[in-house]
Amino acid sequence: MTAKATRQVFGETIAKLGETHPEIVVLDADLSKSTKSDLFAKKFPDRFFEMGIQEANMIGVAAGMAGAGRIPFICSFACFIAGRFDQIRLSLAYGNANVRIVGSHAGVGIGEDGYSQQGLEDIACMRSLANMAVIQPGDDLECAGAIEYLLTHQGPAFLRTTRQSLERVNAEGYQFQFGKAVQLREGADVAIFATGGTVQGAVRAHEALKASGIHARVVNVHTLKPFDAEAAIKAGRECKGGILTVEDHQIIGGLGSAVAEALAEGGVGARLHRVGIEGFGESGTPEELYRHFQLDAAGIEQRVRRFLG
Amino acid sequence: MNPATQTETREQTLARLRKLAQGFRVDIIEMLEKAASGHPGGSLSVIDLVTALYFQQMRHDPKNPAWPERDRFILSKGHAVPAQYAALAGAGYFPREKLSTLRRLGGLQGHPVNTLTPGIEACTGSLGQGLSIAQGLAMASKADGDKFRVYCVIGDGEMQEGQIWEAALSAAKYQLDNLVCVLDYNKGQIDGYVKDVMPLEPIADKWRAFNWHVIEIDGHDFGQILDAFDEARRTKGKPTFILANTVKGKAVSFMEDRIEWHGAAPSKEQAQKAIEEIKQS
Repeated sequence: MTAKATRQVFGETIAKLGETHPEIVVLDADLSKSTKSDLFAKKFPDRFFEMGIQEANMIGVAAGMAGAGRIPFICSFACFIAGRFDQIRLSLAYGNANVRIVGSHAGVGIGEDGYSQQGLEDIACMRSLANMAVIQPGDDLECAGAIEYLLTHQGPAFLRTTRQSLERVNAEGYQFQFGKAVQLREGADVAIFATGGTVQGAVRAHEALKASGIHARVVNVHTLKPFDAEAAIKAGRECKGGILTVEDHQIIGGLGSAVAEALAEGGVGARLHRVGIEGFGESGTPEELYRHFQLDAAGIEQRVRRFLG
Repeated sequence: MNPATQTETREQTLARLRKLAQGFRVDIIEMLEKAASGHPGGSLSVIDLVTALYFQQMRHDPKNPAWPERDRFILSKGHAVPAQYAALAGAGYFPREKLSTLRRLGGLQGHPVNTLTPGIEACTGSLGQGLSIAQGLAMASKADGDKFRVYCVIGDGEMQEGQIWEAALSAAKYQLDNLVCVLDYNKGQIDGYVKDVMPLEPIADKWRAFNWHVIEIDGHDFGQILDAFDEARRTKGKPTFILANTVKGKAVSFMEDRIEWHGAAPSKEQAQKAIEEIKQS
């Protein structure tokens, strides 16, 4: 099975799109080898800007460049860049600047570096900002499609990429549709809503549950904002066991919250269980951490079984 | 562009700018009195600099605010936006009547917003952010063959923000000689005098150490202001920092250098007195 880190896909895709889109510029804050913006830098040195370890300044510079007709992609670890919330809030969101924030190293999936480098609150922060779109691709095809889409999007957007490889969950020929959740597996006993690094585990959990007669719908939410409320309402109505959300992020403010909001406002009294991080991340191998926080296939399967009682 | 600047003598230019600034000071007082809130001190200290930019220095077209080659002005000390609104209305970006909507629901915002007001280039008001945006504009202009120049006014209290020094470091790296950062050095901030709240001196030395070309002027002397902008144009390979010594509340005796006028609006009587003084200045 094809497996690729979405940060790698970002690097390759932006380097390819750079050929046909002179308006693309890429900025990085001394992490280009990690965010993979170095692939663009090597090919287009005149349109790559090394901004040093100055995330706040990079955000403002990108706003300025957008004001002169560029489409800047600004790259750093998700936690570092989303941490400059005030700059994003005012210079990008309020100003409606055409800037794409690429936050890599999402979640505990980065492994050994531990909590200080793990983006775990970035989605919550970005979701709260008016004008800001939030996208987290679940595989290579989706990531490439999302980046291509972002060249036409108006206003600021946040793209969350992973350090670790993600198994391909979409079929060849997949077309990314902004704002539309993707049902990957059918089922009406329970629904699993997953995003980014947890989608592959949700798909595998589906297979394991099927073996014991539990048919779990798997929905991949690549666009966290605007959120596809219809998909949640539909699942809430159709899946009798309720909805389980799984994300490599705090359970507050991310996918689980988005589903809860959609269900409540849609008047759907479905059961909901949010799986994700509660507290801080820690050091360990990515596999160990996904096992520990029950974000892998076995963990998701276990949480579904417990949820269904 | 201001065609008058091509035909008038220097003395005529200076007299014209002084007269314009005098009118804008009246606008500022009227706006703030009507709004019953806002920041007179910093608006009155910066207005001469803003007037020189819009009415002599910058190439811009009020009828076409989105003209790609326009020079850009970013008021990073966004709380002084009444000064910018007065200048924008004076230049014809929007009708003067709009000035009376300052801080009213549906009216001119209390701090600059590019998506709502023609002539505004960025959202500012959270201090420290505007110089970075100006840097990005200057970088894009350079890549396009230096089609426009970029001016950014920062406040002195604002220089306490770390982001200012990030931009200071970075703009020098990119040798942005199309970028001018003007410090409205009025020496006051909300909680007191800058020297007491968080001392900044030696300011000129700091910016020189960051590889900027530094010019120190009297920020209320139009001759010095224009000379400084000309010197900035002649400076190659580095950005220019203009340290403009100003007086908070300039031209209104009871506001001058008084911290309490940083963020307090004048009453009707105070406004009347202020306007009389401005007209005699």
